[in-house]
Amino acid sequence: MTGANTAINLSVFGIFVLLTLYIVYRASTRNVSASDYYAAGSSFTGTQNGIALSGDFLSAASFLGISGAIAVNGYDGFMYSIGWVVAWLIGLMLISERLRNTGRFTMGDVMAFRMRQRPVRAAAANATLVISLFYMIAQMAGAGGLMALLLDVHSKVGQAVIIAVVGIVMVLYVLVGGMKGTTWVQIIKAVLLILSVSMLTIFLIGKFGFDFSSMLDRATQRSPLGEAVLSPGVKYGASDLSKIDFISLALALVLGTASLPHVLMRFYTVPNAREARKSVVWATWMMAIFYSCILVIGFGAMALVGSDKITSAPGGENSAAPLLAFQVGGTVLLGIVCAVAFATILAVVAGLTLTASASFAHDVYANVIKHGETNPADEVRVARITAVCVGVLAIVGGIAANGQNVAFLVALAFALAASANLPTLLYSLFWKRFNTRGTLWSIYGGLTSCVLLIVFSPAISGSKSSMFPDVDFAFFPLSNPGIVSIPLSFLAGFLGTVLGGEKADPAKQAEMEVRGLTGIGSGLR
Amino acid sequence: MTKALPSVSRPATPGFATFDEPSHSLLIDGDGEPDFGAIQTSDDFLDLKRRVKRFILPATVLFLAWYVTFVLLSAYAAGFMSTPLFGTVNVGLTMGFLQIVTTIIITMAYARYSKRKLDPQVDKVRALVETDEELA
Repeated sequence: MTGANTAINLSVFGIFVLLTLYIVYRASTRNVSASDYYAAGSSFTGTQNGIALSGDFLSAASFLGISGAIAVNGYDGFMYSIGWVVAWLIGLMLISERLRNTGRFTMGDVMAFRMRQRPVRAAAANATLVISLFYMIAQMAGAGGLMALLLDVHSKVGQAVIIAVVGIVMVLYVLVGGMKGTTWVQIIKAVLLILSVSMLTIFLIGKFGFDFSSMLDRATQRSPLGEAVLSPGVKYGASDLSKIDFISLALALVLGTASLPHVLMRFYTVPNAREARKSVVWATWMMAIFYSCILVIGFGAMALVGSDKITSAPGGENSAAPLLAFQVGGTVLLGIVCAVAFATILAVVAGLTLTASASFAHDVYANVIKHGETNPADEVRVARITAVCVGVLAIVGGIAANGQNVAFLVALAFALAASANLPTLLYSLFWKRFNTRGTLWSIYGGLTSCVLLIVFSPAISGSKSSMFPDVDFAFFPLSNPGIVSIPLSFLAGFLGTVLGGEKADPAKQAEMEVRGLTGIGSGLR
Repeated sequence: MTKALPSVSRPATPGFATFDEPSHSLLIDGDGEPDFGAIQTSDDFLDLKRRVKRFILPATVLFLAWYVTFVLLSAYAAGFMSTPLFGTVNVGLTMGFLQIVTTIIITMAYARYSKRKLDPQVDKVRALVETDEELA
């Protein structure tokens, strides 16, 4: 389809990569301290960080996955985006300010604040690494699908090469720029993404005389599902089981967002709690605008390109937005949209790599292995080595998951975050008696139950669309485990605490509560 | 909950008296570190906690209930959700869009409430431990 114009696409993309690499290089400070590498010296303003937050969060899953899910499944695809907007209220009211006040670099800082340091930090790092890897694999799979379309690469080997290139570039961002460089990449990417989706939206809705209703009308004619595509139930309405799957997914989306490690880590790049709050306010506005636009783009793709053409294109559902761009603006717009989508993937993966490496270096290396006695230069060196290892793992995983719907894969990462992190964070912030044992039970209980349920779900084996379609060990009927593993983790944390273990330290609890609300003792202004 | 105690539970070092500041005892322990136990039970901090709870608790319950309602209706009342409202736009799509709108409303309300009711109270609590040098 685009074979002749590969050059245009590639050059738009190449310019973006070179430009951002240059900015990353300029932004990176020569003398990198641990605080620079992990938290950009806490030097960003709330506004900048808010935009970067939306950049970190709006992944390929949102742009390609959601618009594709809407274009093919209509209403059921739209559900994803609602959960992702509403979820920010949890981040705003319950998490962001307290996290900024009590921690320094990682999620482990907060979870281990009033607990025994080593086991809790190790657990927090394990959760961070597993979640980040899952999320990254999803992004890399998206990169493969996108490139299939953009460069007309149909062979699996060609796509694998592309996934590897993405992995290498993002590791470069992290190694060269640290948090500061990565944050600037997020800001540039978020602005580009929001601008291009809003312009595309205005253009689309203008094409239908600014009448959303008539656009939907046209969309229903181009979908094999007809009117039904506007109602709930196309994808999840078939049986009672699929309805529970739908609720499970909705829960994971709303509870997972504010506990994703790379989102949490963003709150450390601002100087104080008030700026952290301001960043969530900005991010929420960006989300609201973005997902409203995606709704129009999704149905626009259904109306103008048609669901059938999208499902049969290389890249499948993920190709709805690029195909729409080609339809309305030819190769130039296709090139721009693909470059933006690509930038999105690069930036998100870079943010994840940074988070994973920080978590390993700061929590596991510095505090568990070295008992907190290490110099910052060593810690940063370890973080960089980890970033490379994480990059390699993500490339391998991405190649294996190539071809899956990105939004679906990402939803699994959300289920993991909601199961392993959210209960632990909420308990340690709001429940006085919560102790070390409760913390470990809720992290590991949530994490392992969630991973096991995913392994034995239809997402991995037993059905046409699974990762291994030829074998069947799917004992668990739901493809999203959230509805089981999230309550299980809350329960595990509760039981672990009330059934014994050492008593919570009241002095530490007082310090955490006072510090969380006021910032006293944190050295922040 | 611990019992309400007078704002200073253990002997705290007296703060430096200044001319323009009303003299109150700073909640700082012998080493010059903040006395968190004493702050936690101080009236100003308890008031801050009450103010935080007054907004966050109802707001969280409200938005979660509203979201869950939307999800449950989508799953089990597909007929109702597909009733057309404006042209082809049905109840479900409208309700989904309203979720975005309410999220923005709650976000802005919280930002406003924080600025007016929480931040000044946080400053009050922080004043309990701020020594004169830090204020300078």
